[in-house]
Amino acid sequence: MKVGVVTFPGSLDDHDAARAVVAAGAQAISLWHADSDLKQVDAVILPGGFSYGDYLRCGAISRFAPVMGSVIERANSGMPLLGICNGFQILCESHLLPGALTRNEGLHFLCKPQKISIENNSTAWTNGFAENAQILIPLKNGEGSFQCDDATLTQLEGEGRVVARYLGVNPNGSRNLIAGISNARGNIVGLMPHPEHAIDSLTGPSADGLPFFTSLLTSMVGR
Amino acid sequence: MATIVVDVMLKPEILDPQGQAVGAALPRLGFTFAKSVRQGKRFEIEIDGEVTPAQLAEVSKAAETLLANPVIETFTVRVEN
Repeated sequence: MKVGVVTFPGSLDDHDAARAVVAAGAQAISLWHADSDLKQVDAVILPGGFSYGDYLRCGAISRFAPVMGSVIERANSGMPLLGICNGFQILCESHLLPGALTRNEGLHFLCKPQKISIENNSTAWTNGFAENAQILIPLKNGEGSFQCDDATLTQLEGEGRVVARYLGVNPNGSRNLIAGISNARGNIVGLMPHPEHAIDSLTGPSADGLPFFTSLLTSMVGR
Repeated sequence: MATIVVDVMLKPEILDPQGQAVGAALPRLGFTFAKSVRQGKRFEIEIDGEVTPAQLAEVSKAAETLLANPVIETFTVRVEN
């Protein structure tokens, strides 16, 4: 199975995302922001970083990169798509996911291991987790505060689309401690913390992030 | 030549930590007038010739598409003389 990882100008975590894909047993394919060709991949990851220098708003310019036209079209017809950190911001700017990520409450850039709970283990990216699994993966962002209007929040909660929630003190002011959400179909997931940095205990705080990538293989094989 | 100005502000219900930080800094400098501060963005767009209603509509469309994120922000478009 081929998983595409998009590199935008300013992406930082594309190599770690590709490494996580390989560790999960799939083939990682590099995709370039300026090329609309998705090279016949089965799924796409939008990695973390500071694409286009976060100019204007995080993800606002990347959202119009040539590659995104193809990504949006395929994701709308069911292709699994994971956005991590800056990738989550791009998904919100693309309107593939509702809401927006704004400046952290307190203004500090955060970089620390963060406990989260997996509240929906039926998405393409989380089916390998036990129900309400508590995991520890890095959180590193300056604009990770998830915001949306009350109606959207009620809908996300009511439809079980809050995929991951921060445990303990709210790190960034996100509404309802939201760390990650999905679309209604469950093929598109946006996540603020970084599972790709936690796939083995040598290089991360845990190996708790790996199931995001092995989940994808399970969901693809089960099709 | 004319200038079209687009002002973008966070919606009132969206937390603005930057504005709050500025608001907290003012009294430390002896400026005690501010009840609260909110921070936004201003775009100055130069165009050739006179501004037509069609151009203003196009700028509004661009503001809605790229300059502002309507999920969290509002914007105004005006011509500056």
